[in-house]
Amino acid sequence: MSTTTTLEQPKTGTWDGGNEPMKASYGKLMMWFFLLSDTFTFAAFLTTYGLIRHRHNPYIGTAEDFTFSTAYWPIPEKVFNAFPGFHGVDLPLAFVALMTMILILSSVTMVLAVEAGHRMDKQDVQKWLLWTILFGSTFVACQAWEWAHFITGSDVGMLMPDGTRFFGANLAQNEYGPVLFADLFFFITGFHGTHVFSGIVLLIIMFVNTVNGTYQRRGHYEMVEKVGLYWHFVDLVWVFVFTFFYLV
Amino acid sequence: MASTDISLHKDVHHDHEAHDDHDHHDQHFIFKYIFSQDHKVIAKQFLITGIIWAFIGGALSSIFRIQLGWPQATLEWLEPILGKWVEGGKLNPEFYLGLVTMHGTIMVFFVLTAGLSGTFSNFLIPLQIGARDMASGFLNMLSYWFFFLSSIVMFLSLFLETGPASAGWTIYPPLSALPQAIPGSGAGMTMWIVAMALFIVSSLLGSINYITTVINLRTPGMSMTKLPLTIWAFFLTAILGVLSFPVLFSCVLLLIFDRSFGTSFYLSEIYVAGEALANVGGSPILFQHLFWFLGHPEVYIVILPGFGIVSEIIATNARKPIFGYRAMIGSMLGISLLSFIVWAHHMFVSGMNPFLGSVFMFLTLIIAVPSAVKVFNWIATLWRGNIVFTVPMLFSIGFVSLFISGGLTGIILGNSALDIQVHNTYFVVAHFHLVMGSSAFFGMFAGVYHWFPKMFGRMMDEKLGYVHFWLTFIGVYMVFMPMHYVGIAGFPRRYYSWTSFDLFQSFANINMYISLAAIIAWLAQFIFAFNFIYSIFRGRRASANPWRSNTLEWTTPVLPGHGNWPGPIPVVYRWPYDYSKPGAEEDFIPQHIPYSQTQSSNLPHDKD
Repeated sequence: MSTTTTLEQPKTGTWDGGNEPMKASYGKLMMWFFLLSDTFTFAAFLTTYGLIRHRHNPYIGTAEDFTFSTAYWPIPEKVFNAFPGFHGVDLPLAFVALMTMILILSSVTMVLAVEAGHRMDKQDVQKWLLWTILFGSTFVACQAWEWAHFITGSDVGMLMPDGTRFFGANLAQNEYGPVLFADLFFFITGFHGTHVFSGIVLLIIMFVNTVNGTYQRRGHYEMVEKVGLYWHFVDLVWVFVFTFFYLV
Repeated sequence: MASTDISLHKDVHHDHEAHDDHDHHDQHFIFKYIFSQDHKVIAKQFLITGIIWAFIGGALSSIFRIQLGWPQATLEWLEPILGKWVEGGKLNPEFYLGLVTMHGTIMVFFVLTAGLSGTFSNFLIPLQIGARDMASGFLNMLSYWFFFLSSIVMFLSLFLETGPASAGWTIYPPLSALPQAIPGSGAGMTMWIVAMALFIVSSLLGSINYITTVINLRTPGMSMTKLPLTIWAFFLTAILGVLSFPVLFSCVLLLIFDRSFGTSFYLSEIYVAGEALANVGGSPILFQHLFWFLGHPEVYIVILPGFGIVSEIIATNARKPIFGYRAMIGSMLGISLLSFIVWAHHMFVSGMNPFLGSVFMFLTLIIAVPSAVKVFNWIATLWRGNIVFTVPMLFSIGFVSLFISGGLTGIILGNSALDIQVHNTYFVVAHFHLVMGSSAFFGMFAGVYHWFPKMFGRMMDEKLGYVHFWLTFIGVYMVFMPMHYVGIAGFPRRYYSWTSFDLFQSFANINMYISLAAIIAWLAQFIFAFNFIYSIFRGRRASANPWRSNTLEWTTPVLPGHGNWPGPIPVVYRWPYDYSKPGAEEDFIPQHIPYSQTQSSNLPHDKD
């Protein structure tokens, strides 16, 4: 355009078009909106947890006298008190605390990978991605042990109507309390675990691409950043799952 | 974070230099028309799939209307189509339930969600905001193909020996959770869930694309308050989809576990055929909460695109600026927000706390306010306009009429006390078929007639269009007005047969009347189908701007190619509703005309 009067030019404010008003590429926006939608998926599950738990009686006796019973919702410290290699020792929530720390640590290394990407430091991106993959995999492995222990059950078990004893838990029976306690545990931690697993797969793809120099050639490491957003989200969701299942 | 400002211009489709190179590629047929990443082709794919689904959905309703209208008739003549579902001249009662379930599912999700917003969001968003294409053409293509896959699964479930899903489109457990409850809860229900899971993926991919495109790819000058109302409507529809469909996903995932893996999320203390089930502790009401948290926003996902399309068409054809542009945006925002906090009005009689019922009743009735704002604005736009009665205009006015008629009964149903009488009766059926079913269909028809020239470069036949409109408009009222009457009398929905109730004997004639009207209205749609297909190949050639409209899509060539504009994308100076502006030469000033060229009509505040 030849003249530059105000009548000839379109407006150029933040939201006047022709730019990225949120200073984010479309890919990053898509990740944000996907995470928003995934938030609602998890929110629905945690609401389900809350409503179903509300339908069950709470345990009202003292913590010392607590025994497993289908009559009331169990106290989490009594269910999750095992630690690999310490059979029979009462270590309430110790193992899950360790798992949580590992996952949070993986978020830290993820931040470092993204930061290295901003510096275009290929070596550092590789290093921190690898650490993140390692911590993430450790978390999934820990969860597998936690599940295995939950399924195998305690030494006491639950007395069945026919006189036999049932040990551990599955989707239809549960020695620790109401069957829905086990259903929800398997379902929600399983759904979260699937998310972590997908995250690890994405991270491995990122790692391979970084090693191959794909992002170096492209001139930016935004893909790593997008996967990073997902990874932090999964981490954040775990904080809520942890709170609901282990703390409340 | 300054450090995140990585240069990305190579990826962004806004960059038109990169795209001009693409224009002259000869694409292979498969990539041009089948696995296309062009938003216009994807829109047509959604539209044609949607139309096919609409005919199937309509056919199913015609079959069950025959059963309701002529309960004594022998239906042997349907045997060639329905096979063993007709037993001794009588429709199988369980198949009847399958028919109503599939009719609802198909119409709500496959036609009025995917077919409506899939078509018009895809087609209009890039064209009206001035973009070369969607943010991600690839995800857009995936969105269609997930929908296609979902359609295949849902369609095949119609041919199962045990019948399709039969628990109603709301698939309430325990009926849907127990395969032994009815035949339709077996494989049919499984396929329903699989199809819906695929559908949710499709919807999510599409919606995320629409949102990011509207945020990032608007042409210079196209601020949020210069967007055509269509784009606002599609934008909010997509946001509703992103936030509500995942909850349906959660909801059916839990249902899958109840059905197949022995959990008890929705099940507790149940006897089936004298046998006690082991499930304890769950709650079917929980399912209803989760379902309606999607289900209620879903009805706005269905109607919002209609709002947008109709606002645009009414302003264009009344040759007047839309009345209360910002109020229109505000009311859509209000409706979108409210849609998330009213879901329990579907559950007034589920045994929920009456106090909670009052809260939801209050919130529900508030929706009447933004809805009334919209209706008032449409009527005020028509008021003293130079109305051009084109076919899309007639459908738009029809939309307003149906929306008012259906909306008024919404106020009745929203009252938790009145709902006790009319809950699950034909009154409800009449209400939502008018306010969301037929209205959304009218919005869709208006959109197809209006943007057909941009889609196919030809006009649809007007005379056939008028015939189609009047038959459909009169047909819809003839079907649903008497239905209110039947509903107030207590006639329950989803019943296969009412002849054993003396109370309802006097409704034999009215049911026959409704059925006859429904079948005629359905048959009238074949006029549309003929017109649509015929006009694609033989219609009158369209000019570049046949409706003398302001929005950007009419600045493209008659048949826009890949990248939409052959030259640079036009920039935008004004809002899209400068119709009949005093002092202007023409009765419309398109959005890309700068104020310097319209000195005679500029108003003092235009320069801001």
